[in-house]
Amino acid sequence: MNYHWNWRIFWEPAPNGTGTYLDMLLSGLLLTVETAICAWILALVVGSIVGVLRTLPSKTASWAGFAYVEFFRNMPLLVQLFIWFFVLPELLPQAWGLWLKQIPNAPFYTAAIGIGLFMSARVAEQLRAGIGSLPRGQKLAATALGLTTAQTYAYVLLPMAFRIIMPPLTSEFLNTIKNTSVAITIGLIELTGEARAMQEFSFQVFEAFTGATALYLLINIVVVIAMRFLERALAVPGYITGK
Amino acid sequence: MIEISHVDKWYGPSFQALRDCTTSVSKGEVVVVCGPSGSGKSTLIKCVNALEPFQSGEIVVDGIRVNDPKTDLPKLRARVGMVFQHFELFPHLKIIENLCLAQQKVLGRSREEAMAKSSGLLDRVGLNDHARKYPAELSGGQQQRVAIARALAMDPIAMLFDEPTSALDPEMISEVLDVMVDLAREGMTMMVVTHEMGFASKVAHRVIFMDKGEIVEDALKEDFFGSPRSDRAQKFLSKILSH
Repeated sequence: MNYHWNWRIFWEPAPNGTGTYLDMLLSGLLLTVETAICAWILALVVGSIVGVLRTLPSKTASWAGFAYVEFFRNMPLLVQLFIWFFVLPELLPQAWGLWLKQIPNAPFYTAAIGIGLFMSARVAEQLRAGIGSLPRGQKLAATALGLTTAQTYAYVLLPMAFRIIMPPLTSEFLNTIKNTSVAITIGLIELTGEARAMQEFSFQVFEAFTGATALYLLINIVVVIAMRFLERALAVPGYITGK
Repeated sequence: MIEISHVDKWYGPSFQALRDCTTSVSKGEVVVVCGPSGSGKSTLIKCVNALEPFQSGEIVVDGIRVNDPKTDLPKLRARVGMVFQHFELFPHLKIIENLCLAQQKVLGRSREEAMAKSSGLLDRVGLNDHARKYPAELSGGQQQRVAIARALAMDPIAMLFDEPTSALDPEMISEVLDVMVDLAREGMTMMVVTHEMGFASKVAHRVIFMDKGEIVEDALKEDFFGSPRSDRAQKFLSKILSH
């Protein structure tokens, strides 16, 4: 293989006039982080609601939660993004579809919402498992004290369930960050997109993707460390999380 | 105070957990419910504060029908204390917060009021030194005393005990029974599912013996221990008193 290595490429100016190649990758990183955070917030909020629905005694509620989870987790993420981005505007009445297509930053919103909903199904399943792992007596004890169902969840069940599922939730947060790379297919120039652009401009393919890999690794390590601190801070004597 | 009349309960279509149960507990009375496992005694007292639904019959607590759809169940449950076999303290809350939670959220007491009430009760069960610990840092006997204090913090009109000493090591049983004996002597209305016949003979006014979902014997304590009328109660007593 006749490859010309050039690690100094990161400090050379990029042809798009926005600074060096490193600046290009960093602006991609910023977009990756923004997309991931928006998607994760959505995943936590929607996933918590759906996860709780699945544990309620009401048949309707648990069926609705079940249908939601199966819809979002059984379709590949790529297909879901294509549906939101290419198919949905065509299905809507023409005026709405047109409005949707013209939203500025449409790839960003589509990616944040699409990845968020995809991940929410996974969060919901974990929360259901977390609530299910609590002794049945916890709910009975809270109910016997006169707490309503909403209060029982808010003050008794969810605080413990979330602590128990903290380790797998960390994995899901990391998955959310990595899944943002799929958004390149709907035109979001995040970290993977910028790495590909850098390769196209400079032909330094190994350097470009090594740089992207290092940056993905960096943010994921930050998340792992932050979650570990959170686990420790919320640790409860006698339970698995933290020591 | 508690009127139970002709209560039937089925689990699923085929298993009948309670058969035509009728009894009552008057104000200040201590009633012990005993019987072999699976006889429906826990189910019966869980029906009293509607933790378990039942299909026919009627239970009236302090003039309020438990099985009336219009009954405000959380409000009713807040007035009936319950203690469980496995304590069911909330593991993420310190002991004092376990006592304060329902006082503040259900009864609407102020923080100061709830704290004062809680430390008073912890004093009474001899555990005020442990107020700032988490439940897992206490022994089983201590946790069960906290659970009794938590129920008393709601100023209940009656207390239900569901095998309160069955999960305890032998040397911790007496510290819990002592608290219950004091409570009985102060005139608390109590319905106690237990195998502790020593407790029954010391403070119970009446003993109910259940088998296969039926109330087989409902007698004054003296009569029950003196000469149980049914074969099944005689056999049960001879088995548990022979050691």
